[in-house]
Amino acid sequence: MTALLLEWTIKIAVLLGVLMTAVAYLTLLERKFMSWIQLRVGPDRVGYWGLLQPVADGIKMIFKEDIIPLEANRAVYLAAPAIALIAALMSMIVIPYGSQVNVFGRVIDLHVTRMNVGVLYVLALTSLGVYGFVLAGWASNNKYSLLGGLRSSAQMISYELAFGLSMVSVLLYTGTLDLASIAEGQSGWYGLKWNIVQFPLMFVFVVFYIAALAETNRTPFDLPEADSELVAGYHTEYSSMKFVMFQVAEYLNLITSSSIATTLFLGGWNGPFVDRFPLLGLVYFGVKVLALILLAMWIRYTVPRFRYDQLMRFGWKVLLPIAIINIVITATILLLRS
Amino acid sequence: MRGETILFVVFAVLALVTALNVLVQRNPLYSALSLIGTLASLSAVYMTLRAQFIAAVQIVVYAGAIMVLFVFVIMLLNVPKDQPQVEKQKGLRYLAIPFAGLLIAETFTVLQRLPARSMPPLPASGGDQAVGTTWSIGTALFTDYLLPFEVTSVLILMAVVGAMVLARREND
Amino acid sequence: MSNYLPVLLVFVISILVAGAILILSRFVGKGRPNPDKLAPYECGVEPVGNARERQSVKFYMVAMVFLLFDIEAVFLLPWAVVFRGVLKSDVYSPLKYIFYGEMMVFVVVLFVGLIYVWRKGILEWNR
Repeated sequence: MTALLLEWTIKIAVLLGVLMTAVAYLTLLERKFMSWIQLRVGPDRVGYWGLLQPVADGIKMIFKEDIIPLEANRAVYLAAPAIALIAALMSMIVIPYGSQVNVFGRVIDLHVTRMNVGVLYVLALTSLGVYGFVLAGWASNNKYSLLGGLRSSAQMISYELAFGLSMVSVLLYTGTLDLASIAEGQSGWYGLKWNIVQFPLMFVFVVFYIAALAETNRTPFDLPEADSELVAGYHTEYSSMKFVMFQVAEYLNLITSSSIATTLFLGGWNGPFVDRFPLLGLVYFGVKVLALILLAMWIRYTVPRFRYDQLMRFGWKVLLPIAIINIVITATILLLRS
Repeated sequence: MRGETILFVVFAVLALVTALNVLVQRNPLYSALSLIGTLASLSAVYMTLRAQFIAAVQIVVYAGAIMVLFVFVIMLLNVPKDQPQVEKQKGLRYLAIPFAGLLIAETFTVLQRLPARSMPPLPASGGDQAVGTTWSIGTALFTDYLLPFEVTSVLILMAVVGAMVLARREND
Repeated sequence: MSNYLPVLLVFVISILVAGAILILSRFVGKGRPNPDKLAPYECGVEPVGNARERQSVKFYMVAMVFLLFDIEAVFLLPWAVVFRGVLKSDVYSPLKYIFYGEMMVFVVVLFVGLIYVWRKGILEWNR
């Protein structure tokens, strides 16, 4: 038991380090990618090629003054970014990063744990993450924050339905809620077993990805927190590290959504020669997640922002019916094939 | 198993404490947050009883949807801190005491009549067909419990219509 | 069963990380409180009105419809997971059309609910 506990602690610590570094360098990647799309260079003064920029930004944010507004509800005000960050961090333990490696004669799975309700666990954490934003808006005692918080959470719950229902279509195919089994089920056949290649699931991927973008409040769905609207929405009154916690939670949510999309649709850690060199699974997984994140950033710098009522209309009247119809079509195809 | 029993006791106590906190808090939002804590503790209790699907669904539906509705409503009404609560019928407060006593007496009577070994043994872990896992719930839902399942869909439809009628009446 | 313990572990570790960040923020940032800085931000002018006023009922309606469709999704989940197993298993496969048909009835009833909400104008945000 203690050996197991040690293994879990080490894996979680490693994952925490990797994810936090990834989030920090995603900010740099975002700015660089944005500047290339806009035909300029981006940050390159701090360190060679701008690689120390996240470090400089982090140090700057730590030394910023920590302001708590006078009439704010202190306990909830301080707890809200913590809730957002914790909900974002907790989903790292079910995602399969690879198959198995053999270290000093001990077989180590490249995931922290294997839950037989893994998909539901991710859905539960997404549902709980809504509280961070709505409580932040309310606790700041600021009209803009409250309205921004309510709008953010209304948007998140509207797209959570399309998110969950598109996962149901994939579950019809895989027959299990365990993410590690879903990734294993897509191995072999030179990538033809990936879920995105199966007939009805390619459209489900589009639905899932759009819903994931809206869940994580990325442009074009970021009206509640955009700079020119509602001041800054739910994080208007947050300064210094509490603001950083919200930003970290947002990037972590993006990484988590991309990881889930990779596992459910793109075959997770599968790729050529992964059965002989299991560590290659980590590389393939990272490349796929990075590709989805770059796609999200590309969409951000290309598409204009949705107005809030257009956003809600799209979520309820377009995405939700498409997700439900997809479930019906997938079930019919499976029934006819049997 | 000793470990599971300890976890069960810890989460059960946590559930009781947060439930009591719901009653004690003056601010309705703090009560709602305590209720979320109670639901999370109950989910952990389900987990120690090896019903993983129910535990996850408890969080997704109860703590993640129903409590969001509660929190939205509390924020919509947005009662400022210093507005006093108006209690229209003070006498009803004293009526609560005999009713609470009646409820406690009933609970004791029911618990006394349960035979000592009526709880079935916990299913062996790793059993895919055990009660509380997704396979057993899925198949049972469509074989033994088909009628309640279909009635539930009609019930949800009724709830949709009812909620819309109630909310719209104020707007029109 | 013991493979659910990491949830507790990661919860504790995340709370420690979040707590450490909050404490770091409190003690390292210089504090020079000033009544203007502590007042609620309203684009630089004096705040007008109270933040604790009633908000629109649209949020309640969205949350209500979300709740009902979330419950529908929760019924869809075990069905989806066992569907393929039922099609293959010897015990249940004679029932496969019933299995499929019952859930289609469920989905149709709820789709009717969605159409009702749609036609009633609940989903229009800018009425």
